[in-house]
Amino acid sequence: MLERIVIVGAGQAGCQAVATLRAEGFEGSIVMVGDEPFAPYQRPPLSKTYLMGTMERDRLFLKPDAFYADARCETIFDVPVVSINRGARQVICADGRVLSYDKLLLATGTRVRKIKVPGADLPGIHYLRSIADVDALRPAFQSAKTLAVVGGGYIGLEVAAVARKYDLKVVVLEALDRVMARAVSKPVSAFYEQAHREAGVEIHFNTAVEAFEGEARLTGVRAGGKVFAADIALVGIGVVPNCEIAIEAGLDCSDGIRVDRNCVTSDPVIFAAGDCTRHHDRHGDLVRLESVQNAIDQAKHAALAMAGKPKDYAEVPWFWSDQYDLKLQIAGLAKPDDAIVLRGDPASRKFAVFHIRAGKVAAVEAVNAAPEYLVGRKLIADGASVPPERLADTAIPMKTIV
Amino acid sequence: MPKIKYVEHNGKEHEVEVPTGWSVMEGAVKNLIPGIDADCGGACACATCHVYVDQAWLGKLDPKSDMEETMLDFAQELEPNSRLSCQIKVTPELDGLVVRTPKSQH
Repeated sequence: MLERIVIVGAGQAGCQAVATLRAEGFEGSIVMVGDEPFAPYQRPPLSKTYLMGTMERDRLFLKPDAFYADARCETIFDVPVVSINRGARQVICADGRVLSYDKLLLATGTRVRKIKVPGADLPGIHYLRSIADVDALRPAFQSAKTLAVVGGGYIGLEVAAVARKYDLKVVVLEALDRVMARAVSKPVSAFYEQAHREAGVEIHFNTAVEAFEGEARLTGVRAGGKVFAADIALVGIGVVPNCEIAIEAGLDCSDGIRVDRNCVTSDPVIFAAGDCTRHHDRHGDLVRLESVQNAIDQAKHAALAMAGKPKDYAEVPWFWSDQYDLKLQIAGLAKPDDAIVLRGDPASRKFAVFHIRAGKVAAVEAVNAAPEYLVGRKLIADGASVPPERLADTAIPMKTIV
Repeated sequence: MPKIKYVEHNGKEHEVEVPTGWSVMEGAVKNLIPGIDADCGGACACATCHVYVDQAWLGKLDPKSDMEETMLDFAQELEPNSRLSCQIKVTPELDGLVVRTPKSQH
């Protein structure tokens, strides 16, 4: 009898799972259900070219509609899933639909973390996660004068960079003492701080937001005991994984749906992939990754396992961010105690920071430095040891570094 | 709309129309042409959209950026006519462009 796979979530991971299931010869039926009114689309351009207006909506979609028809994948969009009945192996949708499964893939992603301070519901306060969010933000950019960015992370800084091109005054309010503190090392934070200041962005550290001010709409942000005037605000303070239906169904979760190396949850017929999961990485650390790479690779591994061809997930994580003319490419996960090696001069806007742990390359952060990124990624995968003085020596090409 | 011909490593041809302003990579992805993964969606960050440009068309393309040059340097099966298809923007002048996909991306 042919199996039926239900995929909850129509994002990067859900889309990839459909492709891999068919490529691996899965013959059964596939149903994908997502809560947005769109087929799976790319999120990374949302805070970059789509916000800038240089990439139209049609180009965001990961696959053409014909892909789902060719793959015999039934798609249900704009319908949230409300619960999982594991005993009956059914998924219950908000519109009352009940989807039976033999195997279930949870690719539910994340949602933005909402800020909980007085005035947080005022018109003029935006978040950025979806097409709908950007469609609301872009017109606001046209008429606004001052943008307050709450949170100096990837999203906040990418939006700040776009806003400067719209010629908005931009004030970044960051609760910690450096930008992108959760994602990059101190030298990279310092470099990006300077790049944004040079582009005219005002940045305030150790400045947690206390309230949003305004009557009918936003007029300012109270933070660090001061009021910063702003007629528009973008809040980028992280995301939370969508794992409520998994928790309610009794699956093992801890800030993310727990999965093993084959993307299996604590229920052997339920799999999970992408931003919503938490897994032991190749170093044994329990991590939850928010990235295209992890969504694609976990979806591939989940699909392989569902198709009866399990293969351990041990890919090196990679990330990127575009701000101004700066392309940041990161491979591996750095830790605070890593020794760091600087290669190149940040003043040239082209450099890399290598992270060394137990004598091996554990992570690389590369700014406009593709060779460092690509070779670094391979060194990490291979568990290679390279003397720090070689890594630091730009006279030695990356290709011959080992 | 300019027509682009994609040739798979096994010789299978796909001729499709791609809107002006899109990249050659997007034309492939939106038309389900095998061999171009483009994991990063065209940000020049992953090097999974490597193609070989037909010799007759090489001179008609914009030159490679430093970033494309260096990303390509690490692609498998590199040839002098290698390009990253996400960095080739489709223009009316490229009507008829022919690109081939490398074996390693299949």
